[in-house]
Amino acid sequence: MGAAIEIQNVSKRFRLYHEKYTSLKERVLHAGHVPYEEYWAVNGVSAEIEAGKTVGLLGRNGSGKSTLLKCIAGILQPTSGQVVVRGQLAAMLELGAGFQPELSGRDNIYLNASLLGLSRRDIDKRFDAIVAFAELDQFIDNQVKYYSSGMYVRLGFAVAVNTEPDVLLVDEVLAVGDERFQQKCLSKVEEFQREGRTIVVVSHSVEMMRSVCSEILVIERGELVKTAPPGQAIRAFRDLLIDTGMVPPESVEEEETTPVVMLSPVRRAVELGKVTVEYRGMDEHPYLESGDPLTIRLEFEVAAEIEDVSFGVSIVSERGDIVFSEVRHAIYGGGIFSPGVGEIALVFDAIPLLDGRFTVNLDVRDSRGLVIDVLEPACQFEVMYPGRAVGLIALGFNFDLTAPSWRNQHEHP
Amino acid sequence: MSANDLATSVDEEVEGPLSAAPVAIPDRSQLPPRVVSSRLRILPRIRDIWRSRELFVFLVRKDLKVKYKGSVLGLLWSMLNPAVTLLVYYVVFKYFLKSGTPNFALYLFSGLIAWNLFLTALIGASSSIVANAGIVKKVSFPREILALAQVGTSTMFFFFQSIVLVLFLIGFQYAPDWSYMPLLLFALVDLIVFTSALAIFFSAINVYLRDIEHLIAVLLNAWFWGVPIIYSFNQVYHHAKWLGYVYLVDPMTIIILSFQRAIYGRVAFVTYPIQQVPYVLHGKIVTHAVTVRTVTQQIPYVLHGAIAYRAHVVSAATRTVQLADYPYHFYLLLLGIVFVASLVMLFAAMVIFGRIEGNFAEEL
Repeated sequence: MGAAIEIQNVSKRFRLYHEKYTSLKERVLHAGHVPYEEYWAVNGVSAEIEAGKTVGLLGRNGSGKSTLLKCIAGILQPTSGQVVVRGQLAAMLELGAGFQPELSGRDNIYLNASLLGLSRRDIDKRFDAIVAFAELDQFIDNQVKYYSSGMYVRLGFAVAVNTEPDVLLVDEVLAVGDERFQQKCLSKVEEFQREGRTIVVVSHSVEMMRSVCSEILVIERGELVKTAPPGQAIRAFRDLLIDTGMVPPESVEEEETTPVVMLSPVRRAVELGKVTVEYRGMDEHPYLESGDPLTIRLEFEVAAEIEDVSFGVSIVSERGDIVFSEVRHAIYGGGIFSPGVGEIALVFDAIPLLDGRFTVNLDVRDSRGLVIDVLEPACQFEVMYPGRAVGLIALGFNFDLTAPSWRNQHEHP
Repeated sequence: MSANDLATSVDEEVEGPLSAAPVAIPDRSQLPPRVVSSRLRILPRIRDIWRSRELFVFLVRKDLKVKYKGSVLGLLWSMLNPAVTLLVYYVVFKYFLKSGTPNFALYLFSGLIAWNLFLTALIGASSSIVANAGIVKKVSFPREILALAQVGTSTMFFFFQSIVLVLFLIGFQYAPDWSYMPLLLFALVDLIVFTSALAIFFSAINVYLRDIEHLIAVLLNAWFWGVPIIYSFNQVYHHAKWLGYVYLVDPMTIIILSFQRAIYGRVAFVTYPIQQVPYVLHGKIVTHAVTVRTVTQQIPYVLHGAIAYRAHVVSAATRTVQLADYPYHFYLLLLGIVFVASLVMLFAAMVIFGRIEGNFAEEL
């Protein structure tokens, strides 16, 4: 399918006035020399969003993602460049924007829906669906000013989604209402996805983005820095946060929680050396696909003869959860290493993990289990999970359907 | 195939037993494109406004509903106010301030309803974008509609006031000049177009210069006295001819003169021929004394060598001239000029609006 949204070299300049003169007197007094700074909120962004895809805009506060969304929505005009949107568009930037507190829910549905571009006939047709979705049957003729904030937002959402848009723009509004309503919103979003509608989401909730989007555009300082599947994009975004000092690197926190390791008196009898990671497709992309095998090669040097050495390997998630940890004897049943250089390959048949960056810690221990040398972190690898699952482990499962009757869409009964 | 057709066709196909069954996905990349850019495209703008006409209706309805929400008499209030105004003027000018103008209250009111439309529309429209910042910042729609809705609301009030006027005309048994009635329609169209042009212009400017909405109130107050509503055009004209022409540059004067001519119309008090003057009757210059064809009378006579026409409607009591009684086609000509000028202004207002609209969401 072709593009539903074409963002063609879009830039948006704002003027930040040091002091805002909006009155005539001030304008006259300061005519010609109103101090302002030019500020490019969006700077030369080009992207194509394919029809039927759900795409997220991810970025820090003030990165320009909301400005870009407003340009797509047509609320702001870009200073240069253009956005081409195909089909009916609905923007949910604020639910219930334009509700008139004095009017009834019914009147507001008509007003709001027509604001979103619906004809009167269409509203008549969808009115019941909107009321049902908002769960406001008994209150629909009450003035909106008597609505609770939850009811207000539900009505706003119900109107917006029932406009049946081809392109839906969503800004931070999916996290409204109680949990049940949120579920309902998300299932509505999924329904839209099935129906091939294009959705653009702006959210701070990285987890929500991961579960909903098929692609994410990472925006930083008004520029598009990455377009990638959610896992990769989110990682790039987190790296960005760390680079710019927005988030303290997680290792700092980890240090406090790292358990004290018992060091062996024969320290450095074995010294751990270079660690390399191998996985399929590592030359093309910096991640391994979930389920692929992983090989970690570890070089080590034995300084003096040593008995019954074991190696420990642990894989730690970004949050510090230990995904996997095991200690194995280097030589089954015990044995003696003579001095020299060696290498072990830790071969994982499959890494059934979900999206994330994982840290591998390696150590070598003596016969009593005390640590001789440790590499922490030894290396890192990233996993890209193509699906939408959230969590830590990719649990494969089948979807067995038993239905009373079933037919394919294209077959006619 | 419109977007909505697509949507419904999808709905119909989901009626299998399992709604999660795969749905035929329409190719939405072939739908008609909409372009957002800083380049001004006036025709798509006009098309968008036309498409939002239902929104316009809803906005007008909202204004009317909100204004009288919770009041028992509701819309009746919009008629009560002018009715009381009319009554007061009637009493005051009949008994205390004898103006020499017969039925002064009706004369005043026939111009005032047109002015009220202009006044309330501009006051409302100049702050309309700022007042609706909530939706302007969050929803995409042709924002001119907000200003136009104010014109629409004022037009509705105009009609309510017209009902009052009609009731009073019936009550006073005062017949308007039926032959000039079509002028009313043209004048109203002119008034709406002219008001819309200014409404769109000022609503946009006010976003950047918040003084405008206050300035407008002051300006309109001065303007009101610059239009012959309380006094008559001929007082101006007789004072100084050139001043009369200056007045005719103001579209509002022309519009209001037309209103007065059609509603207040001929004054039914002329019972004797006025002085002998050369005049044009049906295109021929006649110089003999005027014989009054009807009690209500319309006497065009030559002014400045048969180019401009002017006629007097003379009131019986004082023989002061009330109305600029130009012949029919001269009114039409003036209204036609106003119409064209208003259209040009409307177009210009939309161009200006379109140029600065792109930053509304940021400025608010």
